[in-house]
Amino acid sequence: MHPPPPGAWRRLCKNPVAVVTMTVLAVVFAFAFLGPFVFHADPHATSSAQFAAPSAAHPFGTDNNGRDVLARVMEGARISLLVGLCGALISLLIGTSYGLVSGYAGGRTDAVMMRFVEILYSIPRLIIIILATAAFDHSFKEWLNAGGHTVLVGYSKIIILILALGCIEWLTMARIVRGQVLGLKNLQFVAAARALGQSHVRIIVRHLLPNITGIVIIYLTLTIPTVILVESFLSFLGLGIQAPQASWGSLLADGAQVINPIRSYWWLLLFPAAVMSLTLLALNFLGDALRDALDPRAQR
Amino acid sequence: MLPIILRRFAGMLLVLFFVITITFFLVKAMPGGPFTSEKSMPESIKKQLLARFNLGGSNWEQYTTYLGLRRNVSGHYSGLLQGDLQLSTKYRDRSVAELLRDSLPISATLGLAAFLIATSGGIWLGSLAAVRQRTPTDTGAMLVALFLISIPAFVIGPVLILIFAIRLDWLPVGGWGSWSSLILPAVTLAGPYIAYIARLMRTSMLEVLGQDFIRTARAKGLNDARVVYKHALKVAILPVVSYLGPLAANLLTGSLVIETIFNLPGSGPFFINSILNADIFLLEGVVIIYCTVLVVLNLAVDIAYTFLDRRISLTA
Repeated sequence: MHPPPPGAWRRLCKNPVAVVTMTVLAVVFAFAFLGPFVFHADPHATSSAQFAAPSAAHPFGTDNNGRDVLARVMEGARISLLVGLCGALISLLIGTSYGLVSGYAGGRTDAVMMRFVEILYSIPRLIIIILATAAFDHSFKEWLNAGGHTVLVGYSKIIILILALGCIEWLTMARIVRGQVLGLKNLQFVAAARALGQSHVRIIVRHLLPNITGIVIIYLTLTIPTVILVESFLSFLGLGIQAPQASWGSLLADGAQVINPIRSYWWLLLFPAAVMSLTLLALNFLGDALRDALDPRAQR
Repeated sequence: MLPIILRRFAGMLLVLFFVITITFFLVKAMPGGPFTSEKSMPESIKKQLLARFNLGGSNWEQYTTYLGLRRNVSGHYSGLLQGDLQLSTKYRDRSVAELLRDSLPISATLGLAAFLIATSGGIWLGSLAAVRQRTPTDTGAMLVALFLISIPAFVIGPVLILIFAIRLDWLPVGGWGSWSSLILPAVTLAGPYIAYIARLMRTSMLEVLGQDFIRTARAKGLNDARVVYKHALKVAILPVVSYLGPLAANLLTGSLVIETIFNLPGSGPFFINSILNADIFLLEGVVIIYCTVLVVLNLAVDIAYTFLDRRISLTA
C-alpha cells in the first residue's frame, strides 16, 4: 500500500539475516561470474580422469566424462542464475502491467481479465512449459540461423526456457498488483491527479506504480527462486538445458544417476546441491527480510 | 448451488478441451514424428504406418479424428468422444488406456500418501509454531520450513536414498512393491508442501488466536489444547483448504521428478518419454488425466470451502 518507506535500506542493513543473505548471494554471484577468471578449467573439456575424487587439480572432482566438476558447477550457476533473473524480470513486466491495467480499469474489464487469470491458474502450467520448449526449440534455432544470429544458436533452448517461464509465472504477481491498485485508486491523491486533468497513463505510471514498488520487489525476490527451481526441475528430467551445457538441475541428474551401494561418487551430488540450496535459501530468506523491511504493516 | 456447480462443470470441460487442443498442436509443431528414429523406412510404408495409427492426413484431419468427429481409416468414429484414447506409437502392442490403467494406481497412491503427509504435517507444524509464538520452537519450526521450501526434491531424494537405503539399509532404494518402498518417495514429495502449509497455518492461526471468541473460550476456563484444537483450528484451517487445489497440482507435477528419482513405474515416466518419442496419444492421455484431476479437485475445494465458511458464496 505504500512506497518503500524512507530508510528501508537502512532498516534492511540492520537486519542481520538480510546482511548475511546478501553476502551469501554476492559470494554466489562472484563464484559464478568471476570464478572462471581465477579457475581456468574448461567445463566442456573431457579427460581420461573419470570419476576422480576431489584433489588440488580438481577441487570438486571430475564426472563420468572426466570433466572438471568445479568448472561445471560454475557454468551451471551462471545459467541457472541467468534464467532465474531474466525469467523473473519478464514475469514482473507482464504481471505488473496486467495487474495495473486490470485494477485501474475496474468493473467489467477487471472481471474479464481476472477470470482469464483464473483459467490460466487451472491449467497444468508446467506441462505447457515443457511442451512449448520442446515444440519451439527447433523452429527458433532455424529462425536464429536465418537471421544470422549464429552466436545465439547454442543458447536457443535457454532463451526459449526464459521466455516460457516468464510468460507463465506472472499470474500471482498480476493478482497482487491488482489488489494493491484497487485499494490505491480510490485514495485522494489519485482523485487529485485526475481532477488536475492528468491522463490515465500518467496516473498509472507516475502515481500508482511508485506506490507498489515495495510489494513488487518482495515478489520479485520470491519469483527468482521459483523460476530457478522450475528450470532445474526441467533440466533434471532432461527436458531443459541440453548437454554439454550444464545447469544445476542437469548436474544433479548426473549425480543422482551414479548413486549405488558399491561406490558413491558423492562429490557429483554434494557440490551442485550445496551451491544450489544455498542460493535458493538465501533468496527466500532475503524475500522474507525484505517483507519485514518494506511492508509497514509488519512493523511493530 | 446446483446451477453454479453445473456452470463450473461446463467451464471445466472448456479448460480440458483447451488443454487437449494446445497439447495436440504443440506436439505436431515438434520436429520429427513418432517414427523418425526408426531405420530408414520407405516413404510408402511410413505413410501406411502413420495411417494405421490414425496419424495420416493433415493436422486438422488428425485432430478431428482424435476428437472423434471424423471417420478414421477403418471408417468408424472412434476418438475421445467415443472414449477411445488410441494406441501408443512407442509401446506398439498396447493401448494408451491399458498403459494408464497399469501406471495410474501407483501415481495416485504416491500422490495421496504425499497429500496426507503434507497436510497433517503442515497443519501440526504451523499450529505448534503459532501457539508457541516467539519461542525457540517457533523459530526452529519456521527455519525448518524455509529449508524444506528451498532445497529441491531432487536434492532431498538422493540424499535420503544415500542415508536410509544405502548406508542404513532400512528402506528399499527404489522400485515398487511393499509399503516400505512408498515411504521415501512420499516424504520427499511432501517435503516442500509441509513447509508451505505450515507457514500458511501459522499466519492464520496467529490471527485467529487474537480474536474475541478465543478469549471467550479461554474465559470459560477451557484448557489450551481444547481452545486450539476445538475452536481455533476450525477457523484457522480455511486458508489451508483454499491451498489444497494448488497443492494437488504441485503434487501431480512434483510426482514426475519423484517417480524418476525412485524409479517408480507410475505415469510420470510415460509423460517424459512420450515427449521425447513424440508419442502423441500417450502424451494426450497423461495430460487429460492430470488436467481432469486438477480441475475436479479445484471445484471440490471451492465447494468444500462454502460448507466450511458460510460467509463465502460460490460464484460462477
